[in-house]
Amino acid sequence: MAGQNDVLKIAPTPTLSGKRGEAVQIKTALQLQGGYHLNSNKPDDPYLIPLKLTWDAAAVETISVSFPEPKREKYAFNEKPLSVFTGDFAITSTVKPKTAGFTVLTGKLRYQACNHNACLPPKTIDVKVPADFR
Amino acid sequence: MRLASIATVFAALWLAGCGSAPDTVRAAVRAEKTRKPAPDFQLKDGDGKIVKLSDYKGKVVLLNFWATWCGPCKIEIPWFVEFEQNYRDKGFAVLGVAMDEEGWAAVKPFVASHKVNYRMVIGDDMTAQKFGGVESLPTSFMIDREGRIAAVHVGLVSKKDYANDIAQLLGNAPDGKASILPVPAGIGGTE
Repeated sequence: MAGQNDVLKIAPTPTLSGKRGEAVQIKTALQLQGGYHLNSNKPDDPYLIPLKLTWDAAAVETISVSFPEPKREKYAFNEKPLSVFTGDFAITSTVKPKTAGFTVLTGKLRYQACNHNACLPPKTIDVKVPADFR
Repeated sequence: MRLASIATVFAALWLAGCGSAPDTVRAAVRAEKTRKPAPDFQLKDGDGKIVKLSDYKGKVVLLNFWATWCGPCKIEIPWFVEFEQNYRDKGFAVLGVAMDEEGWAAVKPFVASHKVNYRMVIGDDMTAQKFGGVESLPTSFMIDREGRIAAVHVGLVSKKDYANDIAQLLGNAPDGKASILPVPAGIGGTE
């Protein structure tokens, strides 16, 4: 399952600026293709794969990763509504840079998408954020 | 005699379908001349035994690619359990190919809790590629007694579609005797 279907796009992030050791926020804007949903960061079913964003620990200390309020949507294949994200939404991360200088922060976004009758394999993609820390 | 028996099977399925919903029974099974051989593979089952698709030659096989994280796949599992139970003795088998990256650690508890009564193997990318990539789940292949792909279902389809495929493929028994299938409970709906 190579997972060639890219139903999720990450909007480009403007260059992040801040100081080493001081908290900065990263807004990661995501655009999910219509008709698809992602499991939220806290799906009810333990078998479902949650949305997860992590940052390179060598470059930053991650203080928090905040997800929007998930939607509860009912699909024919599940008895109860599922906790999902659809459409355009953003994840806000708060990090503290460990080094100064120009760099490209790298995050890993893991997600798993389905539509009303089929699911795509889980995928992990890189999130790249240009940053200039003093 | 054979035609009469096949007609009986179709009549039973058609009546079952008419009883509950206006859905039509979809004829997904390809004509024999257009069927291509199913690629063979070797994968391990939960006991570590090698399972080859070619071992099933002579049987009608429902080859189901699925995963524990796939919601639509879970709807189909009880149908497949029922098909296995009802048609096992008529030359039919379900073979599940779980595509979970975590392998048996994820699949074994699921199989146990859902009382899966058919054989299960852990799939890999190489096997998926042989079957056209299997880009989404569930994806199921109906394989005839000669080991040829007779139908493909991508995504969740109705129980009735599967039942129709099985009836058609078991009806064409190689010994010239058509099978008369009992219609499983609830066959008329998608459930």
